[in-house]
Amino acid sequence: MTEEHAHLVPYKTFLLIWVALLVLTVITVAAAQFDFGALNIWIALGIATLKSSLVVAIFMHMKYEQWLFKLALLAALAILAIFIGLTFFDVLYR
Amino acid sequence: MSGHVHKDYTGAKFGMWLFLFTELILFGGLFILYAVYLARYPQEFVSAGTELDVRFGAGNTLVLLTSSLFVAMSITALRRGAKGLTQCLLAGTIVSAAIFMINKYFEWSAKINHGIYPGSEHLKELAPGEMVFFNIYYVTTGLHGLHVVIGALLILWTMLMIARGKVTGEDWVLLENAGLYWHLVDLIWIFIFPLYYLILH
Amino acid sequence: MSETTPTAVDRGFFGEANYPGILGWIFSTDHKRIGLLYFWCIVVFFSVGVLLGLLIRLELFAPGETIMTAQTYNAAFTLHGVIMIFLFIIPGIPAAFGNLIMPIQLGARDVAFPKLNLMSWWLYVIGAALALTSLFTGGGPPDTGWTFYVPFSAQTSTNVSLAAVAVFILGFSSILTGLNFVTTIHRLRAEGMTWMRIPLFTWSLYATAWIQILATPVIGITVALLFVERIVGTGLFDPTQGGDPIMFQHLFWIYSHPAVYIMILPGMGVVSDIIPVFARKPAFGYKAIVVSSLAIAFAGSLVWAHHMYTSGMSDMAVLVFSFLTFIVAIPSAIKVFNWLATLYQGSILLDPPLLYALSFILLFTIGGLTGLVLGAAATDVHVHDTYFVVGHFHFVMFGGTGMAFFAAMHYWLPKIYGRMYDKVVATVAWGVILIGFCVLYISMKVVGMQGMPRRYYDYIPEFTGINQLATVGSWILAFGLLLMFVNLFRGIFKGEPFGSNPWGGATLEWQVPSPPPTENFDDDPVVTHGPYDYKKAGIL
Repeated sequence: MTEEHAHLVPYKTFLLIWVALLVLTVITVAAAQFDFGALNIWIALGIATLKSSLVVAIFMHMKYEQWLFKLALLAALAILAIFIGLTFFDVLYR
Repeated sequence: MSGHVHKDYTGAKFGMWLFLFTELILFGGLFILYAVYLARYPQEFVSAGTELDVRFGAGNTLVLLTSSLFVAMSITALRRGAKGLTQCLLAGTIVSAAIFMINKYFEWSAKINHGIYPGSEHLKELAPGEMVFFNIYYVTTGLHGLHVVIGALLILWTMLMIARGKVTGEDWVLLENAGLYWHLVDLIWIFIFPLYYLILH
Repeated sequence: MSETTPTAVDRGFFGEANYPGILGWIFSTDHKRIGLLYFWCIVVFFSVGVLLGLLIRLELFAPGETIMTAQTYNAAFTLHGVIMIFLFIIPGIPAAFGNLIMPIQLGARDVAFPKLNLMSWWLYVIGAALALTSLFTGGGPPDTGWTFYVPFSAQTSTNVSLAAVAVFILGFSSILTGLNFVTTIHRLRAEGMTWMRIPLFTWSLYATAWIQILATPVIGITVALLFVERIVGTGLFDPTQGGDPIMFQHLFWIYSHPAVYIMILPGMGVVSDIIPVFARKPAFGYKAIVVSSLAIAFAGSLVWAHHMYTSGMSDMAVLVFSFLTFIVAIPSAIKVFNWLATLYQGSILLDPPLLYALSFILLFTIGGLTGLVLGAAATDVHVHDTYFVVGHFHFVMFGGTGMAFFAAMHYWLPKIYGRMYDKVVATVAWGVILIGFCVLYISMKVVGMQGMPRRYYDYIPEFTGINQLATVGSWILAFGLLLMFVNLFRGIFKGEPFGSNPWGGATLEWQVPSPPPTENFDDDPVVTHGPYDYKKAGIL
C-alpha cells in the first residue's frame, strides 16, 4: 500500500496556499467594485481559475501525480470547454 | 503493473479523479446554461446579481477554503502518525460544512422571505433574465449544497474508519479520496462565488 | 443459472460462490458473474423491447386505430425507445461482454474496483425497476419519446418525473462502469501486455469508457433539471420564465450524441476482434483501428447539434455542426476498410460469429451512408422526423450494435459456459434475421423518403402497402431472433463441451479453460506477442 513516491506535503506549504487563496478572494471581491465593462467576467473567471489551480496543484496533490493524471484532467477540461464553446455557435449567431 | 495488487493506491486515486471529472461535467452543464443566459441577459444578470448578499458568499468562501486546508493538512498529519490531530482537523472540516449549510439556510430564507424563489408570484413579476438568474442560482447552489452534505458524510465515515484503525498512516487512501471529493466541493464554490455574488457589484 | 454437470465440464467460476444460490450471484464481485447478471437482464429487456416494437408495427399495419389508441401508442414507442436505448444498447456490449471478457483479455484477475462493479449492476437494476414503475404509477406511462423534449415533457401529466430519475440512476451506473474500466485498463494489465498488445475489443471499451465518463454527467444534469422544473418550477427551459427550450436539446444531445458512440464503439470492437480470428490473419491496420476508436470518441463529442437542424438554432450552428459531422465519417470508414483488408486473402471460416460480424459491416455501412443524408443540413431538412430517420438509426443501432451483440454472444458465450450451440441452426437464424431486418427497415427508409412522419399512430392510405410489408418484415425478424436465442441458450446449457479454444483465437481469454476459473488465471500470465499473432500463439 505504501507508495514511495506519494509526496508528503508539509503543513507550511498548505498554510501558504491557504493565505494565497484568501488574498485572491480579497482581490476578486475588490475587483468586482470596479466596472471594467466586458472584462468583468473574464477578470472574475481568471482569478477563480488561478485559485482553483492552486487547490488542484497543492491541496489535491496534482503537482506530484504522474503525467496520466494531468493529461486526464486536461482532457476533462478540454471537453467541457468544447461543450461550452460549440454551444455558442448557436447562441451568438441566433 | 502486476495484475493482482489488491490495494492499488494509484489506481484508487485515479478512479476517484475520474469520478471528480464526472462531477465537474455535471456542474459543467449548469455552467453552460449560466454562460448562455449571461450572454443573452447581461443587464438582468447584473441587476439580479446585486440582490444577492456578497457577505454570505464571501463568508462561505472563507469557510470552504479553510475546510479545504484542514483536509489537506489531515493527510500529512495522519501520515506523520498524529492520529488525534487528524481527527481534530477532520472534525473542523465537518464543523465548517455545518457553518456553510447554516449560512446557506439563512441566505435562502432571506431570499424566500422576499418572495424570491422558483415559481413564486414575485419572481414572475421580474424581467425574464432576472427570473433565469434566480432559478439557476437556486439550482446551482442547491446542487452544490447537496455536495457539501455528501462530502461531510464522507469525511465523517473516514473519521470512523480512522477511529477503528482501518485507515492509518500506512493505508490512507480512503482519506485521500474523501479529501479529493471535499476539495472538489471547494473548487466548484470558487467559481460559483464570483459568477453569482460578484457579478458587478 | 448453471445447468452444467461437473462431470462433463469443469464448472470453473460457476462452481465457486461466496453465498448460496441466487445470493452468490447478486452479491458476487466476480466480473464474470456480474457480466452474466447484466447479460441476462439485458436479454430480458431486449425481449420486452422487441415485443413493444412488434406491437408498434402491428398498430401501423393499417391506417387509423388498429390495436391501440393514440395515447397508448405514444407510451409504447416511448417505452420501446427508453428500454432499447438505456437498458439494452448502452449497457449491452460494455456492461455484459466488457465485464465478462475485458479483464481476461488484459490478463487481470478482476476489474480495478470489484465492489463498485457490483454497485453499478445494482444501480442498473434499480434504474430499470424505476423505469418500469413509471409505467404503472403517477399519471400513466411517459409519452414524450425517449428524448424527453421540453416544453412538452415539463408539462405533460404523465409520469415523466420518475422516468427522469430512472435515467439519472442508469446514467450513474454507466459512469461507474466507465471509470472502473478505464482504471482497470490503465492499472491491471498483465506483464508484457503493452498498449499495442491490447486486443481491439478492449481498446474500443477504453475509448467508450472515456465517453461514458465525460459525457454521461450531462444527461444527469439535464434530466435533473427537467425533474426540478416539473417539481419545483425552476423554469430554466421555460420561455415564460426567460428560459430557452432549445438549450434542453443542446444539453440532451451533448450526451446523447456521444452516447451513440457508447453504443457503437464496443460493437466495432467486437467485430475487430472476431474478423482476424475467422480470417486467420492479423488485424490489418491494428494501430489505425486503435486511433480511429479514440478519434471517434473525440470527434463524436463535437457533433451533437446535428440532431437539431430544424429546432430553430442559428444557421451558423447548422453549418458548423454539419461540417463537423462529416469528420466522424472518416474514422468510421477507416475501420470498415481495415476490416475488409483483414478479410482480403484470409482463409475464411464462415462460422456464426463471423456471419454476424459481416452483417454488422453491411448494415452499419448502409446505415452510415444514409446517415450522411441526415448529416448534411440541406437534405436533413426534408427527411427530418420522418421514418427515414427511424430506418437510419435502426440500421446503425440494431444492424450495428445489435448484430455485434449477437456476434459477441455466438463468439464468447460458449467460452463462458463451456458448451457449443448448433452452428447450422445459428446460421439459418442469421439468414432469417438478415432478411427480416432488411424488409422491415428498408421499407421504413422508403416510406420516410415518401414523407411519412415518425411517432404517428396513423397515416394516409397511400402508405398502407409498404407499412404492411414492414410489419411482415418485423414478424420474420422476430422469428429469426427467437430461433437464434433458443438455439444459443439450448447450446450453452445442453450443448457439446469443447476445449478452451473453439475458434482458434490468440487473445488471452482463449488460453484459460472454459468456463474460466474464478480468478481467471492460476498463474499471472506473461504476454509475449500481439493479440492477433497466430503464428507466435501456435495456432497457425
